[in-house]
Amino acid sequence: MRRWFSHTSAAPPGCVEGTAAGGRRPRAVATVGLATGAEHPREAPLSIHDMTVAYQQRPVLWDVDYDAPEGSLVGIVGPNGAGKSTLLKAVLDLVPKASGRVMFYGQPYRRQRALVGYVPQRESIDWDFPVSALDVVLMGRYGRIGWFRPVTRAHRLAALDALARVGLADLARRQISQLSGGQQQRVFLARALAQEARVYLMDEPLASVDATTERTIIAILRELRDEGRTVLVVHHDLQTVPEYFDHVLLLNTRVVAHGPTARTFTAENLRKTYGGRLTLLEEAAHALAQRGGGAPA
Amino acid sequence: MSGLLALSWQRMDTEIVVIAALGAVACALLGNFLVLRRMSLLGDAISHAVLPGLAAAFLLTGSRDSLPMLIGAAIVGVATAVLSEWIHRAGKVDPGAAMGIVFATLFALGLILIRRAADHVDIDPDCVLYGAIELAPLYREQVLGVELPRAAIVLGAVLLIDAAAVLLLYKELKISTFDPALATTQGIPAAAMHYLLTALVAITTVAAFESVGSILVIAMLIVPPAAAYLLTDRLGVMIVLSLVIAALSALGGHAGALVVPGWLGFAGVSTYSASMMAVCAGGLFALAALLGPRHGVLSKLAGRLALARGIAREDALLLLYRLEEAGAAPPASPAAMLRARHGIGPLAAHLALVQLRMRGLVRPGEGRLRLTPSGRTAAAELLRAHRLWETYLDQHLDVPRDHLHRPAERLEHVTDAGLRGRLAADLGHPAQDPQGKPIPVSGRPDAP
Repeated sequence: MRRWFSHTSAAPPGCVEGTAAGGRRPRAVATVGLATGAEHPREAPLSIHDMTVAYQQRPVLWDVDYDAPEGSLVGIVGPNGAGKSTLLKAVLDLVPKASGRVMFYGQPYRRQRALVGYVPQRESIDWDFPVSALDVVLMGRYGRIGWFRPVTRAHRLAALDALARVGLADLARRQISQLSGGQQQRVFLARALAQEARVYLMDEPLASVDATTERTIIAILRELRDEGRTVLVVHHDLQTVPEYFDHVLLLNTRVVAHGPTARTFTAENLRKTYGGRLTLLEEAAHALAQRGGGAPA
Repeated sequence: MSGLLALSWQRMDTEIVVIAALGAVACALLGNFLVLRRMSLLGDAISHAVLPGLAAAFLLTGSRDSLPMLIGAAIVGVATAVLSEWIHRAGKVDPGAAMGIVFATLFALGLILIRRAADHVDIDPDCVLYGAIELAPLYREQVLGVELPRAAIVLGAVLLIDAAAVLLLYKELKISTFDPALATTQGIPAAAMHYLLTALVAITTVAAFESVGSILVIAMLIVPPAAAYLLTDRLGVMIVLSLVIAALSALGGHAGALVVPGWLGFAGVSTYSASMMAVCAGGLFALAALLGPRHGVLSKLAGRLALARGIAREDALLLLYRLEEAGAAPPASPAAMLRARHGIGPLAAHLALVQLRMRGLVRPGEGRLRLTPSGRTAAAELLRAHRLWETYLDQHLDVPRDHLHRPAERLEHVTDAGLRGRLAADLGHPAQDPQGKPIPVSGRPDAP
């Protein structure tokens, strides 16, 4: 399914003609063509092949095939229960896969942990835990520090830098339950920054945050992308998708569509993603109308 | 009374306290992570579930030596955690119930094993439950030429193991407890850390059982960490405080066991030490719950009272200012007026007026309280906030004119200079409120 979409959307005939004619293609088009093409699947920052995840007997994700383009900001969009969070968790081996293969830069996840940063949903942890904002950000560096070793001053400074980058340098010492929801989300983001990963997987970092936090987070996500990192973000607000993300992955148990936002985030694809049943009914009505000839509906 | 205690205190009492403190500190150290994981009762479950491990260790080795017992306990302890987790996941049973299923079954299995195969062993249920800490100093062994109570040696060794594990793996335990998913993505297997913790809990409870009894073990796993949690919001500090509370409970409990029976007319009887230590820990928890700086009942109460006093002071200032503004004489009894207009009790009103005098905001003159110049400035700012809010509510929110006063009265107490400035700017710096009363200008030059 993925390949149909990438072929149809990645190389529209007009583009190819333009190149053949020797005219200088606009740079944006060239980048888009490269990024969506399946020429280098092995080097993709994240490559998911035939992944299926099931809880008990019920499949949550079915035959997911997806290559994330390097240096892109990807929005993962789909209705509730579409398997968006599960996709991130399965990719990170936090939930077991029924089948399929996941590669980060051509290697399985356990070899590439250091390259992958994860921002879970805010509700996933106990905010009354006796730690400060700085402690939480430092945890992003534990993998780097290594077993048995204490946290050194250099790591502390790196964590403070990350906090400053999200605008929370003044609140480093504060216990985390005394932060607002938006500040807590920024602490999570700072922790991911402190990890210095090349691929980021973020689960609804913009869920119920204030406008200032949303702007700060989006600005940082763009910075990360501009530094050549790949950022995949589960996002729930359809209105802001075209503004925030240059690629989208439309998900509803299966991958419905993926590619550059401008071409993929269409009414047609959204209907397929969100209104599966509606589409079926529409198709049925269409077929009935054709077969019945003159019979009025 | 303390003289009595000093007279009856012997070397044996010191040894009892040291043994109990070693056990209590070892339990409390691990208990921090259980309490923070919201799995406090895992210690209770493990302390029961290890029984078949002890029986099996005895059957295999034919001895009651500590080492095989501790190894058997550690294996069954981890099995308890693994089985509970498995039942919880596979059977859709909540974690507490899953733990209950496992530990009840294992405990019963252990009883059968002991009855069937090792009936002659003296594992006395009473002894396990209540412990026999008063007798612990009697069993002694030579270590490096020094004769020490056996319990102190075993508990000391276990405490060393626990302390080494927590010190070496501090950040790994911290992240696995706080955010298991993040730990796992960083290459620190949270599940394995959890099983390590349960193994440590198992050997610690078994080691402490014999000497201090399971009641004290369960109390020390939960109560000191829970009390410390109320006193701080840093994990490191919490752990240290929990250890101090555990050691204090051991000391206080034994001293209490020596003294309290005397009060009740049982002079000379002192077989309550373990229970008294648990009660003592409970008492320290109650103190922490009352006096804790952030979560404590008293500090919350104090915070509310301070807020109420601040509001009463501001109400008193405004009252005097409004009377001045209306050209009325200062009231003979401002306290009575505060009560009539704001429902402030006589004591609170009196306190508020005294505090205003101490701050130099009001001063008695000709037998009446009057505003000082600085009091007048402060009151003017409050009234400014009040009337700006009335204007705002009228203009922006269409609040009826006769309903403006109440909300403005609440808002005036929480409006700082910055907000006043923004309100004024938003409203175009009005000179009058909706009722036509003048809005005082900010920062009068007559301020001191």
